[in-house]
Amino acid sequence: MTAQPTTSGHRIGLFATCLVNTMRPRVGFAALKLLEDAGYEVAVPGDQTCCGQPNYNSGDQESARDFARGFIQQFSNFDYVVVPSGSCAAMVKVHYPKLFEEDEPEKADIDAVAARTHELVSFLTDVAGIDRVEAAHATSVTYHDACSGLRELKIKQQPRTLLGSVEGLELKEMEDAEVCCGFGGLFCVKYPDVSGEMVRKKSEEILKTEADAIVTGDVGCLLNIEGALTRRGERTRAFHVAEVLAGFDTEDAS
Amino acid sequence: MHITSEKFQENAKAAISDEQLQTGLFIFGKIFPLLREATASKLPEFEALRDSARDIKIENLNNLGTYLEAFEARVEEAGGRIHWARTSEEANTIVERLCEEANAKNIIKSKSMVTEELELNDHLIGKGYNVVETDLGEYIIQLRNEKPFHIVGPALHLTAGQVSDTFYEAHKEHGRTEKVEDKVKLVEEARIVLRERFKNADVGITGANFLVAETGQIVLITNEGNADLSATLPKRHIVVTGIEKVVPTLDDLSVFLRILARSATGQETSNYVSLYSGPRRARDADGPESFDIVLVDNGRTDMLGTPVEEMLRCIRCGACLNACPVFTTVGGQSYGSVYSGPMGAVWTPALASVSSAAKLPNASSFCGKCEEVCPVRIPLPSMMRHWREKEFESHLTPSGQRWGLGLWAWLGKHPSLYSAATNIAGVGLRLISKTRRGRRIATSLPFIGQGWTQSRDLAVPSEPTFLSQYKDGRRR
Repeated sequence: MTAQPTTSGHRIGLFATCLVNTMRPRVGFAALKLLEDAGYEVAVPGDQTCCGQPNYNSGDQESARDFARGFIQQFSNFDYVVVPSGSCAAMVKVHYPKLFEEDEPEKADIDAVAARTHELVSFLTDVAGIDRVEAAHATSVTYHDACSGLRELKIKQQPRTLLGSVEGLELKEMEDAEVCCGFGGLFCVKYPDVSGEMVRKKSEEILKTEADAIVTGDVGCLLNIEGALTRRGERTRAFHVAEVLAGFDTEDAS
Repeated sequence: MHITSEKFQENAKAAISDEQLQTGLFIFGKIFPLLREATASKLPEFEALRDSARDIKIENLNNLGTYLEAFEARVEEAGGRIHWARTSEEANTIVERLCEEANAKNIIKSKSMVTEELELNDHLIGKGYNVVETDLGEYIIQLRNEKPFHIVGPALHLTAGQVSDTFYEAHKEHGRTEKVEDKVKLVEEARIVLRERFKNADVGITGANFLVAETGQIVLITNEGNADLSATLPKRHIVVTGIEKVVPTLDDLSVFLRILARSATGQETSNYVSLYSGPRRARDADGPESFDIVLVDNGRTDMLGTPVEEMLRCIRCGACLNACPVFTTVGGQSYGSVYSGPMGAVWTPALASVSSAAKLPNASSFCGKCEEVCPVRIPLPSMMRHWREKEFESHLTPSGQRWGLGLWAWLGKHPSLYSAATNIAGVGLRLISKTRRGRRIATSLPFIGQGWTQSRDLAVPSEPTFLSQYKDGRRR
C-alpha cells in the first residue's frame, strides 16, 4: 500500500458472501489482507449467511426481508461493511432500503448499514484513498465488468487503477467488457441455453485478447466464465480481482 | 393478445442454433447500439433531454384524463372523430364498423405495434377485407405469416435471400416471374407492387407515435414515407393507438423528437416526421375525407397506480431490445409476444396475464443495460422483479424452485445450520469433482446444477468454507 496506515480505529465487518464462503474461500482471505494492509481492523462475524439476493430476485420479498434483518444483526456495529462482490454489495446498499417502509422499526438500521456498506475494490480506492497495491504478477489479464458493480455501484475505473499498480501486470481490454456474462444468479440454471450462449460469447471476447487470465469482481461471474473456459479446454485462468491485488499465488486458484 | 411465451426456452434453444438468425441478430446487438452511442454522444444535452422526457411523461400519466379530453376536443374541432376502446375486441369492432361505413374492400396499413397487439389484421381479414401492410418490414413478415421480430425492425433479422424467396412466391400473382436477389431491386419490386395497393385502397390505417393534446394532431415518425401515403391517399384515415401516447404540447413533442430516433436507430431524426389533424379541408390540396382515431386502453389504465405504471412512459424505440444480451441472443420470436426484450417482458404480463407470460420477466440476468439506455428512464429490471413477485405471491413459481428458496431462507435464519450445509455442500462437490490440469472441477452436477454443467464446468475449492477456516484461526 502507498501510505502508512492512517485509518486505525475504524472497524470493518467483512461480509464474505455465500459464493466466496463456499466456492472461493481464498477471495475472503485476500479481502482480509487488503483491508488489513490498508490499516483497518477487520472482523468476520461468524453468523453471517447470505444477502438474500436469490430470494429477492425470485420474487420472494418476505424472505429477502428476513435476510436483511439477519444482516443488520451481524453488521450494525461496524464503521464499514465491506463485500468482495458488486452484486451482493448492491443488494445491501441499493435494494435493502427499498425492502422496508419508512415507518417500519428496522428501517433506520437498514438505511444506516446500507450507507456504510461498500464493495471491496471501490472501498479501497474511494473510501480508503488507495491508488496502488504491493503485488507483482508477470502476467496479462483482461477485466470483465460485472453488471451490478458497474451499473448499480459505478465500479469501472477503480479495479483498473489498482490492477495498473500491480508490478509486471499487463491489462488487455476485451471488446464488450461491459456485456453480461450470462450468470445472473438463478438465471443461469433457469435458462441454461441462453446463459450458456451468453458466456460462450463472453469467452470468445476473452480469448481474442490472448490474455493469460480473466479477472473480475464477482465470484458468480468468475465461476461462470472460468467454467465455460475449462469446459472448452482453454488454459486461460480466472481470478477474482482481490486475489490478484493481494498478490496471492495465481497458479493455484482453487 | 394471444401469446406463446410458455415456450420461451424451447424457442430460445432453437434460435441459438439457427445460424442464419444469429447473423441477423448482429444488426440489433452491434450496429444499432453503436449508432445510438455515436449520435447520442454528439448531442451534449442528450442526458438532460432524457430527464425532461421522463418528467413530461410522469406529469402526463398523472393527468392522463385531462390531456386525453383536451386532445378529443381539438380533434373534434378539426372535424375528426374519437372512438374509445376499452379492450382489443372493442377496438377491432370499431375499426371494422368504420370500414363497413366506408364500403371498403381494400385496406392499407402502416406499421403499428398497437394493431399487432390487437391482432387487427386477423380480425379484418376474417371479415373479408384485403389488408396489406406497407412498411417494408411489416409487408415481408405479413407475406411470411410471421410476427414482428422487433418493434422497430420487424424483419431486419431476415437475409436478402429469404426476402427474395418470399417475394418470388408472393409476387407471381402480380406478374413478376423473375427471381430478384439484389437488395435494391427487391426494395424496388416491393415499391412497385405496393404502389398499386396504395392506389386501390379505400381505407388507410396508421398508428401514432404521439398525440398532441394542445393541437389535436397525431404524429407519425417513419423512414419509408409509407405512413404518409397511408394517411393521405385513401378516402379514409383511421388511426389506432394507445391512450398513453398523448403529450401536452408541441414543445413537449420536440423533446421526444430529439431522443426517439437517436435511441431507436441512431439517426438524428427519422426521414419523415408528419403531423396530421382532421380530414381534408376545402382549401387543402389532398387528404382523407374522414379522420377517425381509435384510442385503445386494453389494460393500460389497469397499470396506472401500480408498480408497472412507469412502463406507460415507453415510446417504443427498441433501445432496450438492442441493449439486451438476452434479446440479442434469442431474438424477438422466442418471446412469443409482439412485445419482446425487456419492454416486452414488462408489457406482456400486463396485457396478457402473469401466469401465461411468467417466462418473460424471468428471462433476464438483471444486467441493467436496458435501464441504462431507456430514453425515458424506465426502471425495467425493477418491473421485471415486480412480476416475479406477483408470480411468487400467486404460487406460480415452479414448486422445486419455491422449495429451494424456502430452504435457503430457512438456513439464512439458522446460521449454524447454514454453516453446516455449506460445508457439506463443499465436501459433496469435492467428492464428485476431478482434477484436470491442476484444477479441481465438477463436470456433471445433479438437480438444478444440471443447468450449470450443461455448458460449463464448476471450479471446486480444495479447502473448507471461508467462515469455518476463519473460525479455526486462519487469517491469511
